Amino acid sequence: MTSSKLYNAIFAAGISLILACLMIGVKLDTDGSTLAVKGATTEQWMWIFGGIAVVFLSQLFSAQVDALFGAIPKPNFQKVLPQGEKMAALKPWLISAVIVVMLIWPFMVSRGTVDLATLTLIYIMLGLGLNIVVGLAGLLDLGFVAFYAVGAYTYALLSQYFGMSFWACLPISAAMAAGFGFLLGFPVLRLRGDYLAIVTLGFGEIIRILLNNWTSLTGGPNGISGIAKPGLFGLEFNRRAKEEGAVTFHEYFGMDYSSSYKVIFLYLIAVLLVICVIYLINRLMRMPIGRAWEALREDEIACRSLGLNRTAIKLSAFTLGASTAGFAGCFFAARQGFISPESFVFIESAIILAIVVLGGMGSQVGIIFAAIIMTILPEMAREFAEYRMLLFGLLMVVMMRWRPEGLVPMKRPNLELKQQ
Amino acid sequence: MSQLLLDVNGLTMRFGGLVAVNGVNLKVKNRQIVSVIGPNGAGKTTVFNCLSGFYIPTEGSVMLKDEQIAGLKDYQISRKGLVRTFQHVRLFQKMTVIENMLVAQHRHMNTNLLSGLLKTPNYRRLEKDAMNHAAHWLEEVGLLEFANREAGNLSYGQQRRLEIARCMVTQPELLMLDEPAAGLNPNETKELDELIIKLRDEHEISILLIEHDMSLVMGISDHIYVIAQGTPLADGNAEQIKGNADVIKAYLGEE
Repeated sequence: MTSSKLYNAIFAAGISLILACLMIGVKLDTDGSTLAVKGATTEQWMWIFGGIAVVFLSQLFSAQVDALFGAIPKPNFQKVLPQGEKMAALKPWLISAVIVVMLIWPFMVSRGTVDLATLTLIYIMLGLGLNIVVGLAGLLDLGFVAFYAVGAYTYALLSQYFGMSFWACLPISAAMAAGFGFLLGFPVLRLRGDYLAIVTLGFGEIIRILLNNWTSLTGGPNGISGIAKPGLFGLEFNRRAKEEGAVTFHEYFGMDYSSSYKVIFLYLIAVLLVICVIYLINRLMRMPIGRAWEALREDEIACRSLGLNRTAIKLSAFTLGASTAGFAGCFFAARQGFISPESFVFIESAIILAIVVLGGMGSQVGIIFAAIIMTILPEMAREFAEYRMLLFGLLMVVMMRWRPEGLVPMKRPNLELKQQ
Repeated sequence: MSQLLLDVNGLTMRFGGLVAVNGVNLKVKNRQIVSVIGPNGAGKTTVFNCLSGFYIPTEGSVMLKDEQIAGLKDYQISRKGLVRTFQHVRLFQKMTVIENMLVAQHRHMNTNLLSGLLKTPNYRRLEKDAMNHAAHWLEEVGLLEFANREAGNLSYGQQRRLEIARCMVTQPELLMLDEPAAGLNPNETKELDELIIKLRDEHEISILLIEHDMSLVMGISDHIYVIAQGTPLADGNAEQIKGNADVIKAYLGEE
């Protein structure tokens, strides 16, 4: 027992040593015209060995560490929040309070904060979309970012070539992404688990590489710049109107120009979109189609025996998830004003997936919390520079040990049996 | 009086060189309980898989109410009123009992997406009907009080009954039960026995049964088919089967 623990600890420490030496311990650097291998500084070596000691000790005393994680109190929403009818009566008030706060606070904080909040809202949309595919239907999709890219490029291209407005492109982007989801869905529906994950991963890469190489249409790695920002009923948020005779927002209302109007306006659009997406998905989850997704995740054979067409159900999950990403992509393109294939790399897919898993598969509230954490934390950890991702990884390991089911595990709805 | 509901002729299923089922004939009339018995590995479940569309039979015809269903997809067959349970209970474990019942009514309440998103009165009515229908069947099998419990947390006997109830809400005409008594205690088997008879007498459906529990089979079957090594061995009522020398030989071996 103890000896196997010691063995485990030595093994884990050894692996960390090898990894740390390769990644942090030695560095390739240019020395004039040749390459030179440089060792780490003494301080870095101290950190490395400190880390290895932590790994060794945590493995040696894994039982105690587990107990420690178990002892950390888990947020128990059932105790804090009133249950049953009380909660049902309180819910509309709570929701409206949250919405009011979300609408008011951007006017009180800095521009950068509002911008970050907008980014968070984009990730909430993406997380909710992927939640349909992974959390509810149980189809592991590693190339979700492809649909995000399709949405973004649809708006960028339509805006660039045909001068179409954001509001007109929003449904088109969602439809395009849904179309791609449908296209991808058809051939991969027979696949399950790992195989599906690999095919979707490939699809994500195909889209990115296509965007990168189809230079005549997409501009290749240079991307597309100067994408029009959304306007409010034709009012622009620029300092001066682009077209002759057009009126800008600040002129129309007789205010001084401020660049923060634009940022706050974008934020408000994002809030609106997120509320729409939350409402729609919330409805879908309670509809027959939502239950069918979950049933398919639970037992495909039973579904077939009950007359459920699994092809149609899987396709609908893929399509609806993709259209949400298309929505988010369109908004992303409008917010950035510039997109390139760089924005749609695999790590984005991984982050969105991490949001779904950390939040709790299938749980909307959990995903919203997770999206907030996953976007704000890297910003806060900026001072750690290149160790940011390391910290990020550590956080995920800790999270998974503390709450393996996610931040807010999905709760089954309690259905009232109405007798007539 | 009693019409032919299911008529299977010369059903054969080959997997490469292996003949799992060879020329099986089955007839099920309206409001009849028909059993298929046979030693382990005789091909009973393969017959079920062929009938319910999980396998496409190599040869033979399967007529459900004078309509050829061999070769149709599994979900199409179950929509025509032929629904089955499984040897190992297949519930949606993490969903609640009532949700299990609602999933089974998917095609009855799956109107267009928009009416559900907007909660139109028509959608609400369908939803209410589905709930009442589900509650009715839960009451029939005695599971109403567990409606909001996770299906995976029910006892084994309750899971078996839920699986039958879940089939019944799809409003089938022929219910196929694959070893429904496996793993049940004598008390639960007796309840199952009563339930099956009630389904036939009160709900007027036919039941095709695979079972190893001979007291159950002999007690309730209107007709029994015996299969051994994929080929039909005998058929008849309980008395005829009990006295059939071939059947005794297949089960107990030669003297």
